[in-house]
Parts: sequence; C-alpha cells; structure tokens
Amino acid sequence: MATIIVVTSGKGGVGKTTTSASFATGLAQRGYRTVVIDFDVGLRNLDLIMGCERRVVYDFINVINNEATLNQALIRDKRVENLYILPASQTRDKDALTKEGVERILSELKQNFEFEYVVCDSPAGIERGALMALYYADEALVVTNPEVSSVRDSDRILGILSSRSRRAEQSENPVKEHLVLARYAPDRANRGDMLTVQDVLEILAIPLLGVVPESSAVLQSSNAGIPVILDENSDAGLAYSDLVDRFLGKDLPHRFIEIPKKGFLKRLFGGG
Amino acid sequence: MGLFDYFRSSPSRSAALAKERLQIIVAHERGSRRSSPDYLPALKKELLEVVRRYVPIDQSHVKVHLDREGGYEILELNITLPDEEQRQFQPR
Repeated sequence: MATIIVVTSGKGGVGKTTTSASFATGLAQRGYRTVVIDFDVGLRNLDLIMGCERRVVYDFINVINNEATLNQALIRDKRVENLYILPASQTRDKDALTKEGVERILSELKQNFEFEYVVCDSPAGIERGALMALYYADEALVVTNPEVSSVRDSDRILGILSSRSRRAEQSENPVKEHLVLARYAPDRANRGDMLTVQDVLEILAIPLLGVVPESSAVLQSSNAGIPVILDENSDAGLAYSDLVDRFLGKDLPHRFIEIPKKGFLKRLFGGG
Repeated sequence: MGLFDYFRSSPSRSAALAKERLQIIVAHERGSRRSSPDYLPALKKELLEVVRRYVPIDQSHVKVHLDREGGYEILELNITLPDEEQRQFQPR
C-alpha cells in the first residue's frame, strides 16, 4: 500500500522543494520505490534541484490531459535507484490541475507503477496547486522556518489539512502531520534572536520530524542540481538523512540544535 | 560568542517578542476556524443514512461545508445523486 506525503508550508522560500528532493532521495536510497511530483504548475523548480531539467520532455499536466503517458513523463533519477521525478508544467496555468486528474495519476502511480512512496512537492500559497498537492495526502511534512510569518502560515496550512483534505472531507483518520524546522541557527536561537525549536513546537503543537540547520551546503547543492542529502559531509545532508530514518521509524536523537563547538580562535574572534 | 560580540549592542531577545505575538495571533486565527464544526461529521452521517433509504449513495457523495463571512455562517450541503452507470462503477 503506497503512502502519499505532501511537503507543504504555506509560505514560499522556506525549503519545500529542497526538503521534497532530499526526502524522496533518502527514501529511494533506503530501497523504497519513490516518485516525487512537482505541483508548482507554471513555476517548476524541482527538476533543477534534482538536476534533471534537461531531461524534461513531458510533464504532469500532459499526463492529466492524456497528451502523454506516465511512462513518457516520469524521469528516472540517474544517481539513485528506485527514484523517479514527475515534473510540473512550465507553460500551463494551475487550473489544469483537476481533482479527478490528480486522483487518476496518483492511483496509476500506486497501482501500475507500484510506487511505495509518492512525495508531493506543494507550491507556496493556499490556492489550487497547494490544495491539490495536499488533498490526497496520507501524511504531511510541514516545512517551517523559525520566523513569525512562516510559523503563522504553517498553522494556517495545518488548519487546511484538518478541514479540506480528502481524509478530512471523508471523516477518515486525519492526515499525519510532521514538523520540519528548516534554516535553524542554534547560536542565534541561544542568543534570543531567533525562535527556538521548543518555541515553534509549543506554538504549532505537532511532532518534530527533524531540524535542518542553516547551511551553505544547501545553496551549493542546488547550484549543482544534487539533493543535499547526497552530500554526506554536510550538516544539512546529515539532518535530512536522520529525518528520513526517523520517518521510517528509527528513534534518533535530534542533532544540530545545539551550538557547534568552536576552536579557540573562532571563539575569540567570533564568526563561523 | 566572540570577543567582538561583547562590544556590539546588548542582546535584544526579540525572539521572546516573536513568540508572544505568534501565540496571540495563532490562537485568534484558530478560534475563528476551529470552534464549531465538531457536529459536522455526525450531521453528515445522519444525512447519509436518510438519503440512503431512497438512493444508494456513499460518503463521497455528501459534502458538508461550513463557511463564515463576516457575521454570517453558511452551511453548504451538496449531495450528488449517482446516475445509473456510476452506481455500478465503484472506484477502488
């Protein structure tokens, strides 16, 4: 039985696509057949983050409109086995996403392609694309930054998950929610300049799946089109790796929420 | 904290302010959306039972939606009666 996971946030620029790319890559690395779908119609970016932008021929909307088959549109990842990408359309508008169309594609991915995990990368906002991305979800990764507008928007999205998802409408078990706190800077939180992990947990009141530290590796990875989870020497990569293991049931302590130990000189002169 | 940081302005502790503001606004926004619909699932179930006495429908054919606009609350009920074909075709 396949699980549909939406990566959502409300606010833009908090790390949804980065999280979708690394999360899907991590699941596939661990042997699960995984597909990651870009729901950001008109502003596709997942292909760039995954490094397959030059291999896009057909897209999600083409498949919904029966202009291409899923076989034609799915892009097989070149680095990780079991991983496929379904890109968004760059030309159509978001009205092309219909409930019936999305449902048909999702059930085909589950049944004919035997995917075990379907990761839906939501666009920002709470309009059609975002609503469609979360509608069929079984679980949700809510990506939040320790910053007021992001936390408020995440709370709004949590409200939408609990009232306007298919599970809510059919009075089934609710969508399982997970918090991903991204761009966290422990030193700034310790100084009192940034909301702490505990502050955000207290406000949103959903289980914490992982904390991803603010890291230069994220930009470097997206520059290169390689999901940051594949950079095993980076703090962000390790954080995503832990997050995937936790999602799959491992009980791991949270790293990267304490200030990293600095050498004597760094401590004296600051920075780092 | 580095040596130079000691000469910077004293810590503002703006995070505490952020948390306080968030707690207030989030509580306010939750209040206006989560207060009443707890009777909606029961309402939906009972409606389903009544309609089923006459027409074979399932959960997915009944939509109950509560909206607020200003001082009004709008309860929207939408029951789709299946036609002959759909009654035989059962998705999943």
